[in-house]
Amino acid sequence: MSGDPRPVGEDDLHGLIDGHLEPERQALVEAWLRGNPARAAEVSADRALRERLRTRLAPIAEEAIPARLRVANIRSRHSPITGRWLPVAAAAVFCLAVGGAAGWFGHAARQVPTVTLARTEPATDDAVAAFRTYVVEAVHPVEVRADEKPHLVTWLSKRLGRAVTTPDLTAYGFRLMGGRLLPAGSESAAMLMYDDDHGTRLTLYSRVGDADGRTVFRFAREGDVAAFSWVDGGMSYVVTGRTDEARLLTVAQAVDAQVRGLAPDRQQP
Amino acid sequence: MDEIAALIEPQIPALRRYAVALLRDREAADDLVQDTLERALSGWSGRRRDGDLRAWLFTIERNLFLGTVRRRGRRGIDVGAEALEQVPDPGADPEAVMGARDVLTGLDALPEEQRSVLLLVAVEDLSYAEAAQVLGVPLGTVMSRLSRARERMRSFLETGRTGLLRRVK
Repeated sequence: MSGDPRPVGEDDLHGLIDGHLEPERQALVEAWLRGNPARAAEVSADRALRERLRTRLAPIAEEAIPARLRVANIRSRHSPITGRWLPVAAAAVFCLAVGGAAGWFGHAARQVPTVTLARTEPATDDAVAAFRTYVVEAVHPVEVRADEKPHLVTWLSKRLGRAVTTPDLTAYGFRLMGGRLLPAGSESAAMLMYDDDHGTRLTLYSRVGDADGRTVFRFAREGDVAAFSWVDGGMSYVVTGRTDEARLLTVAQAVDAQVRGLAPDRQQP
Repeated sequence: MDEIAALIEPQIPALRRYAVALLRDREAADDLVQDTLERALSGWSGRRRDGDLRAWLFTIERNLFLGTVRRRGRRGIDVGAEALEQVPDPGADPEAVMGARDVLTGLDALPEEQRSVLLLVAVEDLSYAEAAQVLGVPLGTVMSRLSRARERMRSFLETGRTGLLRRVK
């Protein structure tokens, strides 16, 4: 009957409803449904639902596009990216250096008292390398797990000689898994790892930097790995993940907001 | 410049449709679309050349939506909080919430991940692989979420009760 001898599955039924099946496969699935009236009734209801949804929502897509959504109009505005449609707290200040070469795009840069443009940041390379090494690790992704958080914080702070904190990213769907210590030249670096419900992992890499003051956010992409880095209060921070930059940026902003209070601690021995 | 606009603007009607289905508020939906477009323009050179533009735009839009819902949840503002699965039913009387059986009302009773998969597949005509990309989950997860979404919606359309649906599972 068909070139595809596999038995009919749920995916075939969805494929039938959504019109994704090849004609031969469709004929086979329809024949199968004739012998399964209960399932056939459900498929028929699902098809009706699909039509109802499409009909209900169609008028929206048929409307004329509001002028404010024209690409040209969006380009000409220089509003902060974080929108008016949500009551977002303190939109952090950032610039994107897309691909490291395309230049800087300032958004709301007026909110930064002093903006220092960093040189190329070796911290990002190290952070991405560490990310690639440890994020795939199934057995030992971290050295000290999150259930020993007080110990983790004390230990990393002691080794870096600076206060290290574990930002809370649960509001963004990420839980702390734990952390580890990494070599960074003659110094040490701290790496914290987080994951979400889908197993997506990201890392926060930090080490004592050689730059003072505060730099804007800097974006880098290496293959499928994206990273936002910045310097604040003498520390370099890099948030790295295999996720889209919009989500990563919200995480980086959250981290920044939580670690910024640590800057005064830098005189601590 | 115009080349980018020529690629992006044809996607705007679909981005608005998805936003309205998620937010059920026209003004907020257009704000979400505007933010999506701003993100897309600022990240344009960093996007994958071989990737599907439509799926990429939907991904940005959904992540912005999720970010907001999570932030709202954390701040205790309950507008739109029903979009989160873990938010408990605020004790609404199932009989009282029946009202007209607007199919979107049934959709609102679904967890966001099921709602999104149904909208992206059944309304926006994304392939299952593209939907998997937008949701950041494996193909098998897309299929199982789609099954659950359709099952719940069948139940809603039969009974008209969203309260009943929430007890399922």
